[in-house]
Amino acid sequence: MTELAAPELALTGVPSRRRRHPLASFVLRRVAAGVATLVVVSILLFTGTNVLPGDVASAVLGRDSTPAGLAQIRRELHLNRPAPERYWNWLSGFVQGDLGSSVAGQAVSGEPTPISGLIGDRIRNTAVLALCTILLLVPLSLVLGVLSAMRAGRPVDHAVTGISLGLISLPEFVTGTLLILVFAEWLGLLPAVSLIGIDDTVLTHPSILVLPVLTLLAASLAQTTRMVRAGMLEVLRSDYVEWARLSGHRERDVVFRYALRNALAPTVQVIALNVQWLVGGIVVTEYVFGYPGIGQALVQAVSARDVPYVLSVGMLIAIVYIALNVVADLLVVLLVPKLRTAQ
Amino acid sequence: MSALAVRLRFARTGYGKVGLAGSLLLLALIAVGPLFAPHDPAGIVSVPLQQPSSEFLLGTDGLGRDVLSRVLWGGRSVVGLAVLATALAYAVGTAIGLLAGYTRSLVDPLLMRAMDVLLAVPPLLFLLVLATGAGRSIPVLVLGVATVHVPSIARIVRAATQEVSTHGYVEAAVARGERVGAILRREILPNVLGTVLADAGIRLTASILILASVNFLGLGLQPPRADWALMIAENRGGITLQPWAVAAPALLIAFLTISVNLVADAVARSLGTSTDRKRVAR
Repeated sequence: MTELAAPELALTGVPSRRRRHPLASFVLRRVAAGVATLVVVSILLFTGTNVLPGDVASAVLGRDSTPAGLAQIRRELHLNRPAPERYWNWLSGFVQGDLGSSVAGQAVSGEPTPISGLIGDRIRNTAVLALCTILLLVPLSLVLGVLSAMRAGRPVDHAVTGISLGLISLPEFVTGTLLILVFAEWLGLLPAVSLIGIDDTVLTHPSILVLPVLTLLAASLAQTTRMVRAGMLEVLRSDYVEWARLSGHRERDVVFRYALRNALAPTVQVIALNVQWLVGGIVVTEYVFGYPGIGQALVQAVSARDVPYVLSVGMLIAIVYIALNVVADLLVVLLVPKLRTAQ
Repeated sequence: MSALAVRLRFARTGYGKVGLAGSLLLLALIAVGPLFAPHDPAGIVSVPLQQPSSEFLLGTDGLGRDVLSRVLWGGRSVVGLAVLATALAYAVGTAIGLLAGYTRSLVDPLLMRAMDVLLAVPPLLFLLVLATGAGRSIPVLVLGVATVHVPSIARIVRAATQEVSTHGYVEAAVARGERVGAILRREILPNVLGTVLADAGIRLTASILILASVNFLGLGLQPPRADWALMIAENRGGITLQPWAVAAPALLIAFLTISVNLVADAVARSLGTSTDRKRVAR
């Protein structure tokens, strides 16, 4: 009933922003939900890292810790404050761009080391790695997925399916280690570790990018290819494709003019999901190759139990992850009009 | 068609057969391998980083321990902890899903919003934060990996429960005055179990992958334990002198995860729930 009544309302001039801009309201709601999730996740991360309050202080002092020293550090770092107050101080600082100070950095230099100064280059390096992977991932998965869907059941399809099924199941650190064994140790073609000078950037040594990108591609390409293939197969079996074939169109036209466009919408979501999945893969891959990015920094910070560092970097990663999720949802709704009314 | 036939149908596909054979072979190796270990897996038996020889078939590692013996022992934690974590995830996720799906009170939205938040955190980040806050121990590791699976299991169980609860036999049980616990256990659980367990294999593979990754990062199991992922991490430094100490555990993990995943994929397909669709749906 409400759906029937809606156009009348609009016609009789009762203005309702929701009805006039369903898309805008969907975008707003989705973004608001994303921000709300982020706030809850920030509470979760804070609680997770601050369960044992003594550790930050003992991490600063290391082996020289005395009860008096620990008490002093706790006062300096405001660890004696109640948790909600500390959470609020951290969050308001974070929102204003103050990511806090690295405890491990302080233990080494004796001075508070601002985290924001430590991670600028690392964020850029990780972005380069992610971008290279995505730029290869998208076209390759489309080509391989469409190709194996068109040749379903034939040798090409079997090869693509079999290889991707194998690659999906490999953890990044195994793929990375095996790539190092083959290309760095046996063939001596590529560096096993990402060594760059202090003033250099990753881009001045493109060879160090090859193996990490291959590692990240292995699993993500296998997944996206499989899903593009599945989506394409479903479309190729649909009535309108059958109709186009019966009307005498050439198979190439059927695939590219009719099927591919309609298979593309779910594909965008699939690729967005895999880019989101790359967030976890990048952490392990950077660690395998000693690649100076944000993921390696996170693992090092966890090893050193550098709580403020883990918290801020973790929050940055969560922001990217959740933002990608929102963007994926929005993109799909923009591409598939019928989903707009289903919300 | 009998239930057994449905269960074994996956073994008819080519990939399913290969996967099943590989999985059984590796499980056998993991189960009885330690009996054949020529040396103490934790004992320092020779010079470090020795090449393979007749006495040490895969050479020695950076501390002079026998690689073959460590490899034969090192699969137990990989498979054992993953099975434990997956089983725990199913127990908790099913309980939450049953409760949320059956109750028509505020409990349902509350539980499901909590699940949504867990789904919004990247699994690896969740485990790393847990390792920072709660330290590195086996219980933390297993609980963490189980928690990663709980939200998606709970969602599936909730949807299945909602569908099953509308059936006449559930209403009959309610009318008979049965208690909620009994209805959930006797009427609903048996009817949602098939849907729930269809992707158990896929979850087991995921558990193995993520557990091994955390162990490799040095944030899970600690040395001197013999564990394949840990061995790769420990011996990376000597990879030029003694590649076998890295290659052997790496190849075994690859063999294991590929075999288990082939079986999981074939099972999911034979039950009509292909992995591809599931991933898209999420």
